[in-house]
Amino acid sequence: MLTAFAIVTDGLVYAAYLFLVAVGLTLIFGVMKILNVTHGSFYAFGAYGAATAAGIWFDRGLPDAGGFLFMALFAMAIGLLIGIIIERGTLRFVYGRDEVVVVLVTYAIFLILEDVIVLIWGPRSYAAYQPMVAAGSIDVGDLTLSIYDIGLVVLAGVVAAAGRWALKYTRYGRLLTVVIFDRETAAAYGINVTVVYTVTFLIGAMLGALGGAVMAPKISVTLGIGVEVIVLAFAVVAIGGMGSVEGALIGALIVGISRAAAVHLVPQLELFVIYAVMALVLGFRPYGLFSQVQPRKI
Amino acid sequence: MTMPARSSLLGALAFIAVAAVAPWMPPWLVSLATIAFANALVVLGLIILWRTGLVPFGQALFYAIGAYAVALIGRYTSVRDVFVVILAGAIFAGIAAYLVGFLLARYREIFFAMLSLAMSMILYGILVKTETLGSTDGFHVEAGTFFGYRPQGVWLNLSIYWLVLGFSAVMAWLVSLYFRSVAGSLSNPIRDNEIRVEFLGISVDRLIHLKLVVSGILAGIGGALAALAVQHVDPAMAYWTTSGGFVFVTILAGAGSVGAAFVGSLVFELVRSIAIDLVPGEWQMILGTVLLLTILFLPEGLGSLYGRLRRRKDAAS
Repeated sequence: MLTAFAIVTDGLVYAAYLFLVAVGLTLIFGVMKILNVTHGSFYAFGAYGAATAAGIWFDRGLPDAGGFLFMALFAMAIGLLIGIIIERGTLRFVYGRDEVVVVLVTYAIFLILEDVIVLIWGPRSYAAYQPMVAAGSIDVGDLTLSIYDIGLVVLAGVVAAAGRWALKYTRYGRLLTVVIFDRETAAAYGINVTVVYTVTFLIGAMLGALGGAVMAPKISVTLGIGVEVIVLAFAVVAIGGMGSVEGALIGALIVGISRAAAVHLVPQLELFVIYAVMALVLGFRPYGLFSQVQPRKI
Repeated sequence: MTMPARSSLLGALAFIAVAAVAPWMPPWLVSLATIAFANALVVLGLIILWRTGLVPFGQALFYAIGAYAVALIGRYTSVRDVFVVILAGAIFAGIAAYLVGFLLARYREIFFAMLSLAMSMILYGILVKTETLGSTDGFHVEAGTFFGYRPQGVWLNLSIYWLVLGFSAVMAWLVSLYFRSVAGSLSNPIRDNEIRVEFLGISVDRLIHLKLVVSGILAGIGGALAALAVQHVDPAMAYWTTSGGFVFVTILAGAGSVGAAFVGSLVFELVRSIAIDLVPGEWQMILGTVLLLTILFLPEGLGSLYGRLRRRKDAAS
C-alpha cells in the first residue's frame, strides 16, 4: 500500500516535470512543424538562469516567496531573449525547407549554445537548493512529501489548464488552432502566419526555460542537462501525439507513473521503461495517442 | 568513356594514391585518416538513407554494435583475424538493423530520426549500466592479425590504415553499384512521392527496411574498423554525439556522390582536431557554425562544389 502510494506521488511529480518540458516542444511542433532541438538549450539556459537568480535573491536574505517568482521570471526572460535571437536570426530563413533540414538547423544552434553556456557560466556545476529548503516538507502517513514537489504538480496543472483555455477561448488561441490545422488556408484567410510563428516560438522558448527553472532546485545544474531533456520530451510528445497539448499531458502521466513504478519495483529497468512504453504505444498507434489523421497527398 | 566508368577510375586512382603515400605521412595523419575513412563507411550508409529523405539520428547504434562485437570476440575467444572479426561485426550490426527495422521502417522524417536516436540511447544506457563490459570506461581491444601475420610497431598502424582503405574502396564500389540498381534508383522517387512509388507496385516500407539493413552493415563495418584502429571501445561510441557527427559529415559531404563521403569525413576530422587543439572549450561552437553555414549556403554539400566547377568548365568550352 505504501509502495503504491509512493509510486503515485513520485509518478505525479515526475509527470509534472515531463509535462512542463514537453509542452513547449509540442506547441512549436504543432504550429510550425519544427522539431526544435534547441528546446534542450532553452531548458539548460532556464536552469542556469534560475540558479543564478537563486544565488542573487537568497544570498541577500530577501523573502522566500518572491524568490520563486524571481527565478521563474529571470529564466523566462532569458528564454525570450535567446528565442528572439534564434527565430529572427536563423529559423525564419529556413521556413519551407525539408522538415529534417530544419531539425538539423536547430541541432547546429543547439551545439553553438552548448558552448555559449560554458562561456557564460563556466564548466562548473551549480546548485540551487534554496527553494527546496525554503518550501519545507509535510508528512503524509509514513511518507515525507516535499512541498516544492506538490507545487510542481500544481504548476503543471495550471499550465495545462491555461494552455487549454488559451487555445479554445482566446482570439490568439483560435488563430493558432487554425494555423495548426492548415497553414495555407489560414494565410489565405488573412492570418499573418509569420507573426503567429514568431509568437509561438517565443512562447515555446519561455515554456522550455520555465521547465529548466523549476527543475533547477531538484537537480545539479551542470553541462549536458539539455541533451537528456530533448530525448525525454520527444518520447513524451511522441506517445501523446506530436502537436497536441492534451497528448503531452497524457504522455507525461503514462511515462511518469511507469517510471516511478519501475524505480520502486524493478530498479534495473529504470533507464529503459520510457522507451519500452514508447515502443509499445507506437506499436499500436504509430503516430501517438492524440495524433491527427494525415491526408495522403498524391 | 562513360560517366560511371570515369568516376570509378578516378576513385580507384585516388585510393591507390592515398594508400601509396602512407609510409611517408606523419603518424598522426595516418591515425586521423584511418578513423576518418572508417567513419566514412558509416556516412555511406547515411547517404543511402538521406537520398530517400531519411536522416537517422542514431546510427551510432550499429557503429557501437560493430565495435563491441570485435572487442568481445577478442576478449572471449582466440579468434584474432581481422577479416573474421570485421565480418562478425557486420553481421551483428546487420541483424540489429533488421530487428529495429520492423519498427523504424514504418516511420519517416522526424519520427524516423528521433526513434533511431531513442534506440541508440537505449544501447548507450545498457552499455553504461553493464559492469562486465567496463561500464563508462569501456575496455581494451586485442590487436588483430592478418591471416596469421601479426604486424608490430609502425606497421600495425599502417596495416590497419591499408585495411580500412581496402574496405573503403570495396564498399564505395559496391555502394555505387547499388545506387545504379533498381532499388537504389528508387531512392529519389520515394523522397519525392512515396504513394506514386507504391502505385508502381513496389513496397516502400520493405525497400526502406532493406536500406536500413545495408546502412546498418556499413556502420557495423565502420565501427569494427574503428575499434581495431583505436584498440579500445567505450559507450561514447553509441552516444548521440557520435551519431550527430555522422549526420554532420553527411550534410557537409552532400549525398551527390560516394567519393564526397570520404573527402567530407577527412575534412570533418581535420576541422575537429584543429578546433580541439586551438580552442578546446569551443569546438562544439565551431562545428555548429560550420554546420549552420553549410545548410544555409551550400545545401548540396561539398560534393556539389565539384559539380559546379565542372559545369562552369563545360559552359566555357
